[in-house]
Amino acid sequence: MNTNTTLRLAVRSLSKSYGYGAATLQVLKDITFDVHAGEFVCVVGPSGAGKTTLLRCLTSLMPLSSGEVLLDGEKQTGPSPKISIVFQEYTRSLMPWMTAEKNVALALHNRKLPSAKERELSRDALASVGLQGSEARYPWQMSGGMQQRVAIARALVTEPEVLVMDEPFASIDAQTKLELEDLTLSLQRSRNMTVMLVTHDIDEAVYLSDRIVVLSKNPASVQEIVAVELGKERDQFTTRESHLFGEMRSHVLSLIRHSQAQAKAAAA
Amino acid sequence: MTNERRIAMGAALPLCILTGYAIWTSNTRNPYFPPLWDIARRFQELWLFERVASDVLPSLRNLLFGYAIAVILGIIVGLALGRVKILSLLFTPLLDFARSIPVIMLIPPFVLVLGIGDASKLAIIALGAFFPIVLATIDGLRRTDPALLDVTRSLRLPWWKEITVAWLPSAAPSIAGGMQTGLQFAFILMVASEMLAAIRGLGYVTMQAQLTFDSTSVWAGIVLLAILGFLLNTAFIAIRDHVLRWYVESRATARSR
Repeated sequence: MNTNTTLRLAVRSLSKSYGYGAATLQVLKDITFDVHAGEFVCVVGPSGAGKTTLLRCLTSLMPLSSGEVLLDGEKQTGPSPKISIVFQEYTRSLMPWMTAEKNVALALHNRKLPSAKERELSRDALASVGLQGSEARYPWQMSGGMQQRVAIARALVTEPEVLVMDEPFASIDAQTKLELEDLTLSLQRSRNMTVMLVTHDIDEAVYLSDRIVVLSKNPASVQEIVAVELGKERDQFTTRESHLFGEMRSHVLSLIRHSQAQAKAAAA
Repeated sequence: MTNERRIAMGAALPLCILTGYAIWTSNTRNPYFPPLWDIARRFQELWLFERVASDVLPSLRNLLFGYAIAVILGIIVGLALGRVKILSLLFTPLLDFARSIPVIMLIPPFVLVLGIGDASKLAIIALGAFFPIVLATIDGLRRTDPALLDVTRSLRLPWWKEITVAWLPSAAPSIAGGMQTGLQFAFILMVASEMLAAIRGLGYVTMQAQLTFDSTSVWAGIVLLAILGFLLNTAFIAIRDHVLRWYVESRATARSR
């Protein structure tokens, strides 16, 4: 890790509970971690751990019960223009009544740009995810992978500091998933973006991350933060076949197995 | 299936019924069911084309203006009740009460207050078409996917933009359903209001024929109403399918996958 890193996103003692009184269900407990500028951080955890809840709290789509989220040192109280989100279900996150270009342009609404400029930026963003020529197509005329590319273009068009992704490749076929992983990596490197990606796929987390935040279950808290020393250059063949990759993968998997077993024991 | 074949298939049964009616009535002198040719001749005498300007066009103008008022108010009120909790709590019981009154029963009081001219016709048509559109709008807004609202919130869109890019398009298929029902109501109320209190119009002419036992003219009036109603509904469907092209085509795509 670089020594001259700046702190981008700071999560401080974040807790979240649903319900009141005896029916209170604590989902997130005292979660604290840092994300540095230009870093790729994945959050993994057992299914049902509250990964999506954590992400919604981070992006102010949901109020926190306690704790705070700081972006560039500023406490977050509402959705920030510096953060873009790519949601899990691409079929539900694009407007089916708008073309790909209009969907992307929607993110620029608050900029009040002249329409020619808005159009140009939207087309550039679509080109950057490999969708030049598909500007006038509607989401339902596209494959799942293409729809998620449109969603990524919409997230990128505002040139955000932080890109937050919620299991973005979970419902995409295996080959397309590898392509989109590499696309995300290359966009992150070329734009020097900070990316926070939530996933249940441990291989994906190890392949993409500089660091992995491993969550435990019931309630979710930070179990361990694993540094992934695989370097900045990643390759679907060589990286995944390396000895270190295997070690990392086993380590994270054992952490998750452990917390799942604990959750089961606690429930019994 | 080609368009020509579709039209031929659809027209076959009505033509059979017409032929059957023509044969059945050709040799009889039944005062209630006059021969087809008599009806056709009377239709030509009555409606082509002298009375079109004096009786048909004013009726249709009332229909379209009344309907337009119902659509605009219906969607605005539906949005207000569907999106603002306090308004919904205040007005929904009143709305449910008001819509349970058959609108036809309101024609006499409307005529008393607004007279037998166009004003009462417009009001009654607008009121009748209003209710199904309001209800369909409220119902449609409930179908808005919360995932889309996460998107509009994360993009920090202002409230009016959220309504135009997320709420209204999500509700649009449902609103179109309410508008189609509303159009039928408007058509029925156009005729009914002219039958009960008017000095001209389609319903008036047909009602006068009935009062003088002129069954041939009554049938001629019914034929004209059927043609107008059919054309209105066909035009509505054509416009709806054009405006909601994304909906029609996305469903067709989803089925073929």
